[in-house]
Amino acid sequence: MKPQAFDYCQAETLSGAVEKMTSADTRPIAGGQSLGPMLNLRLARPAALLDISRAKELRGSQRVKGGVIIGAAVTHAEIEDRMVPDNTGGILPRIARGIAYRAVRSRGTIGGSLAHADPSADWAVTLSALGAQVILERHSKKGPVRRRLYVEHFITGAMQTALLPDELLVAAFIPDVKQEDEFGYFKLCRKTGELAHAMGAVLHSPARNHQCVVFGALPGAPLVLTGPDALKPETWQNALTTRYPDMEKADCTIRMHVMNTALERSTEQ
Amino acid sequence: MQDKGHDQAPKTRGVGAKKVRKEDDRYMRGRGEYVGDIKMPGMLEVAFLRSPVAHGRLNGVKKPAGAEDSIFAASDLMDVKGILADSALPGFKSSEQPILAKEKVRYVGELVAACVASSRACAEDLADEIELDIEPLGVVSDMLDALKTDAPLVHDHWGDNVFQHTLVEGDIETIRREAAVKIEREYRTSRQCMSPIEGRGLIAYWDSRLEQLQIYTSTQMPHIIRTGLTECLGLSHEKIRVIAPDVGGAFGYKGILLPEEVCLAWLAMHLKRPVRWLEDRREQLTANANCREHHYSVTAYGDKQGRLLALDTDAVVDAGAYSSYPFSACLEGAQVASILPGPYDFKAYRCSTVSAATNKPPMLPYRGVARTGVCFAMELTMDALAREVGREPFEVRLDCLVRPEDMPFDNITGKHFDSGNYPECLRRAVEAIDIKSVRLRQKTPEADGRLIGVGLSIFCEQSAHGTSVYAGWGVPMVPGHEQAVVRFTPDGALEVRVGIHSHGQGLETTLAQVAEEVLGIDTDRVRVIHGDTALTPYSTGTWGSRCMVMAGGAVARACHALSERVANIGAGLLDVPVETVTVADGFVKTSADSRTVSLSDVAHTWYLKPQNLPDDVNPGGLEVAVGYKAGRDSGTFSYSCHAVVVAVDQKLGTTEILDYVVVEDGGVLVNPMIVDGQVYGGVAQGIGTALYEEMPFDRNGQPLASTLADYLLPGATEVPEIRIDHMETPSPYTEFGQKGIGESGAIGPPAAIVNAINDALSPLGAEICEVPVTPRRLLRAIADASEVKAEENLLRENMS
Repeated sequence: MKPQAFDYCQAETLSGAVEKMTSADTRPIAGGQSLGPMLNLRLARPAALLDISRAKELRGSQRVKGGVIIGAAVTHAEIEDRMVPDNTGGILPRIARGIAYRAVRSRGTIGGSLAHADPSADWAVTLSALGAQVILERHSKKGPVRRRLYVEHFITGAMQTALLPDELLVAAFIPDVKQEDEFGYFKLCRKTGELAHAMGAVLHSPARNHQCVVFGALPGAPLVLTGPDALKPETWQNALTTRYPDMEKADCTIRMHVMNTALERSTEQ
Repeated sequence: MQDKGHDQAPKTRGVGAKKVRKEDDRYMRGRGEYVGDIKMPGMLEVAFLRSPVAHGRLNGVKKPAGAEDSIFAASDLMDVKGILADSALPGFKSSEQPILAKEKVRYVGELVAACVASSRACAEDLADEIELDIEPLGVVSDMLDALKTDAPLVHDHWGDNVFQHTLVEGDIETIRREAAVKIEREYRTSRQCMSPIEGRGLIAYWDSRLEQLQIYTSTQMPHIIRTGLTECLGLSHEKIRVIAPDVGGAFGYKGILLPEEVCLAWLAMHLKRPVRWLEDRREQLTANANCREHHYSVTAYGDKQGRLLALDTDAVVDAGAYSSYPFSACLEGAQVASILPGPYDFKAYRCSTVSAATNKPPMLPYRGVARTGVCFAMELTMDALAREVGREPFEVRLDCLVRPEDMPFDNITGKHFDSGNYPECLRRAVEAIDIKSVRLRQKTPEADGRLIGVGLSIFCEQSAHGTSVYAGWGVPMVPGHEQAVVRFTPDGALEVRVGIHSHGQGLETTLAQVAEEVLGIDTDRVRVIHGDTALTPYSTGTWGSRCMVMAGGAVARACHALSERVANIGAGLLDVPVETVTVADGFVKTSADSRTVSLSDVAHTWYLKPQNLPDDVNPGGLEVAVGYKAGRDSGTFSYSCHAVVVAVDQKLGTTEILDYVVVEDGGVLVNPMIVDGQVYGGVAQGIGTALYEEMPFDRNGQPLASTLADYLLPGATEVPEIRIDHMETPSPYTEFGQKGIGESGAIGPPAAIVNAINDALSPLGAEICEVPVTPRRLLRAIADASEVKAEENLLRENMS
């Protein structure tokens, strides 16, 4: 279990990083908590790795109008330790703290987690529920080209995203969570620190008249439901069974109970 | 609750002392030396290309151009024999495991080619470039399917997929007709992977000065590996030296002759360069470490009180594709039939066991070999009996446990129980887990809605079984006298050489404690030497919880013999007759006036001042080799009761262990602290069997877990604090009354935990008969029960 040989280069700046993303065979790496094992298992065989973990724009975070922008190379541990501005009433640090183990959190990054798009990843589910966006950038002759996508639209399947081959995920935009907003989250892991086998997130924002329910740890991308009836059990139960008509009954039952627990927690907090 | 049995002050020396392990100094500081730490000049790394399919005709292995000298396939190893591990049991069918696949591949992960390069990554690059021409064949992925008449054949010439069929015949007809209660169940234990922290690994090189093959390998039986290598390589024993350095856990996984060992031995001789292979986690999980897969169809008969009267069982063991050396493919199955009755005395017994061949990796003996599955089947059956008659499971067990007044006891399959008080063990566990208060708690619903359950398992562990037992199985390895060589160094330290291997058992400490007990020499002055065929006497090695009984007995006898030599020299130096001196506390002492001469002075005299030796000195000097067998070689029977309280979340399907008690009797404990450690580790592994560990295969025989993210091992947060209570009933047949206890921790948990889960589920009418109990399995059992209930209700409505 040793990786195939690859070239390695480091980017000191965002522009330097984006400029080096010219070949589809170049994979950006930050914490390497997912890509590292994939390299070793030879499931990923890039010609080159671009280490973006030191690019200073990707390491920062800032308050902006309506939210906070968190650089892609900010680690889970930095969010857990409240080293980035929190506009979510403690939701982000709490979620960060539940990711795997501290050793993983010390290296793993929010951008890496989103770009990897593991169906069981905490950020994919949480940020979908919060209505967060990812900021993507690529190089062109006329200069950098940026676009924004909702996380919900960015993740297109299990381990699949809307990233173009030469595009870099540079940051996540987290919209402000209002004080009266209710958020609930629950995941079921068979053992501490392992990937969840069922996840649910719920957001209810009375001020915006916005409801959102997200199922994670599915065979595909997170299942995101919004709209006035989103919080009603029959809505999300139907949505789950419609998308996965062949899902085993016991499996379905677990996911329903997990979502119920998330829903209960949203009203408790 | 520990040390209930001890009234006297705890011992600080010799047998019974809770000594800190001598080896901890290097282990705790990260100074152990494992195969992976060893580097040799000019060493090459080996990566294997393994079969990607479970069953197929191997028509060709095409090496990439230019790499012909770095890649080796079966056609290159023409002078090497495959691994043959036959049993003399009637009807056993032989399977030869080729070192590199020939003609057919029979499981995913079977070795096909060895790739040699300067680094492991480059060797893996070579493996990537090999083209295999394999014509796929029908796959036998399940042991029950393997026995169907239309199943594909794993070994074409056999005519079926049966390694061996063991039948213990008994007359249960009378009881079948008269029994008030009949229980029928099917049980299944999943295929599991033994997962020591250190995987396998080895270095082989040819020493041209010694004209000897040197193998450093992570094994628990260096001498047996050496013998196995002679058979495959056609070399004589003196041409091979096997060294097992520090070994990071073994559990049976390292008690097997590996095709990798044979292959690297050949490569080292062929290339005249040191070669190394370090197993990676994917190889361990998908191709190598399989164990534990059993299926049972049990019919039990009881009287109206639930007392067990007869047991009728058909068991199948999934032995995988090949018979492994030295234990063979039938050891597990044959043991199932002989040990299923467990600690119970009942009237009639019949058991048929089939060891089935499948297109899966060979099943290897894992800590508790067969006992874990057997205990699961037997103890779930006892609980089912108890539920059927509405009694407490422990009461039903008390009715038929072997009684202390019947010891020694020969059970229904002829197993000879040496000593013990099984009912007392059970009663202590019931008291410690406090079943009464659990029953009280169950009357009120829990605030969080979870269901509480209590369960237990009681079992015995035959260990340190010797010549007659293994000769009966006729497998390649039969243990005889266990030998120890002891000798004083010129400055009076003691070197103890044993052929077993210590890899977590603390034998460098406990064998030193034995020497301390006999000679009075401080354990600090005792060096235990093991793990090298050039330095130690022949031994079958470490397996079957045998070391403390067998090597411990040998060291004791050798020290006694050495003590006589010391007394002779000491008496000469003290100028008194040898009958008037004693050897104790590191001195030779005159009984008349307590004059002394130290062991160091005795040793110094023998080696450096021989002119001062008495005329009648034994010319054998201060080095003695002694062989040992226990008073009977049918084995010691340690036994144990595990009791557990669980909380089951009926919505999420999760199980939490709230309390765990082990009451065990390993006879006289040489170092109770080390025994506790063994029990903790074993229980952790048993919790893995019960709730987490499973290597699933799809219908094509593809293993579905290839990393530790898919194959779940219990971690720190999944293993509760375990409370241990010791009983110490000496074995009448061993040197100090000690019994083998090394495996017991891993035997009891699946049965106790699932009994507790079933106790929790009983209000729902649900029952689980399979491990591991995953959330999905648990919810499925609940759903099945509610469907049955619904059907019953419907039936009732229709009737009325």
